Amino acid sequence: MKTELAKKYLRLEKLPTLWCSGCGHGLILSSLLRALYLLNIEKDKVAMVSGIGCSGRTPGYVDVHTLHTTHGRAIPFATGIKLMKPEFYVLAVMGDGDCAAIGGNHFIHAARRNIDITAIVYNNGIYGMTGGQVSPTTPYGAYASTAPYGQLEEPFDIVELALGAGATFVARSSIDEIPKLDRLIADGIKHKGFSVIDVITICPITFGRRNKLGEDPMMNLRWVQDITVPMKKAKDMSKEELKGKWITGIFRDEDKPNLIDLYLELNKKLKHSMVDESSKEGVEDVRRQDET
Amino acid sequence: MKNKFIIKINEKWCKGCNLCIEFCPKNVLELKDAKAKVVSPEDCIGCYICEYRCPDFAIEVNKVEEEVPVGSEKTNKR
Ligand code: SF4
Ligand code: SF4
Ligand code: SF4
Repeated sequence: MKTELAKKYLRLEKLPTLWCSGCGHGLILSSLLRALYLLNIEKDKVAMVSGIGCSGRTPGYVDVHTLHTTHGRAIPFATGIKLMKPEFYVLAVMGDGDCAAIGGNHFIHAARRNIDITAIVYNNGIYGMTGGQVSPTTPYGAYASTAPYGQLEEPFDIVELALGAGATFVARSSIDEIPKLDRLIADGIKHKGFSVIDVITICPITFGRRNKLGEDPMMNLRWVQDITVPMKKAKDMSKEELKGKWITGIFRDEDKPNLIDLYLELNKKLKHSMVDESSKEGVEDVRRQDET
Repeated sequence: MKNKFIIKINEKWCKGCNLCIEFCPKNVLELKDAKAKVVSPEDCIGCYICEYRCPDFAIEVNKVEEEVPVGSEKTNKR
């Protein structure tokens, strides 16, 4: 029954997906599709954009307007689509490397400008596709092909980053919080402004294998259960206890003017004032102005 | 009367990840030859947990609509 709802938005002929057995990406995708169903959004009113990496394959399976772009550039392409098609729901799906490393600048500035798109981060703390290199969200001490003795850097907190940069809807969840995640993604899509949903997920193949979790998806999922704490529970925990944990929940949900609306309003205003001028100065002048 | 459910597994899409099997509260499913298999459908309670936990859209649970004989109490009530 639930699968049936999600299948409505799939390009069935493209399945099975290329993702490894038990990869969390499929869980995020199914949640996202049920979110579209919950909102009752028509397929041709949705544009989905991705960058490079395992997450980048997502749009290939979804029967909406889709675009698979270059590494880290999902947000700029999504911004362009939103400007041309403001009536669309525009989703940028990204991996953690995609979003916070090579696309980090685009991410913070889209947040600052409050661009009305929804960013969904498949956060598995590793570069899965290219062989398990450390990403900006690899946990401290975790092993990766480029950190054979354990990661020495502190990870980026994508939620803090989004909050600091000014995103107006910021939430975190995990693949263990399905179907709650369906609602959260739906809220993010509905929100007018830049929405960020950081989803903690698993890469059993390149992360699990190196980190004593093995390839077993269940072991990897247990690890996600272990490192995530719902906001309500986190309130009663000390800083020490919260070390190395990701808090899940909605961190911000506020109304603020978004750049797309502001830009379109300004556009309209300027066009009107141009028409007014033209009635004074004669149409010819405006034509000439338009051409320059 | 107890509800009945039909569980369908799409073997072409199932990757044998074991997640549906681990989470099914009634042990309805089992892994055989790297695919999920339905072993005791009569125990299914229709919680849909297996559908929510499957990363590959490979399992579907549907309630069997019981046919109510014409003239029975139920049909008369409607
Ligand atoms: S490499 Fe990791 S992230 Fe990529 S498909 Fe496999 S399990 Fe998923
Ligand atoms: S619906 Fe629930 S009880 Fe039935 S097979 Fe799925 S998980 Fe098991
Ligand atoms: S969760 Fe899905 S892919 Fe995994 S074993 Fe069950 S039916 Fe197969």
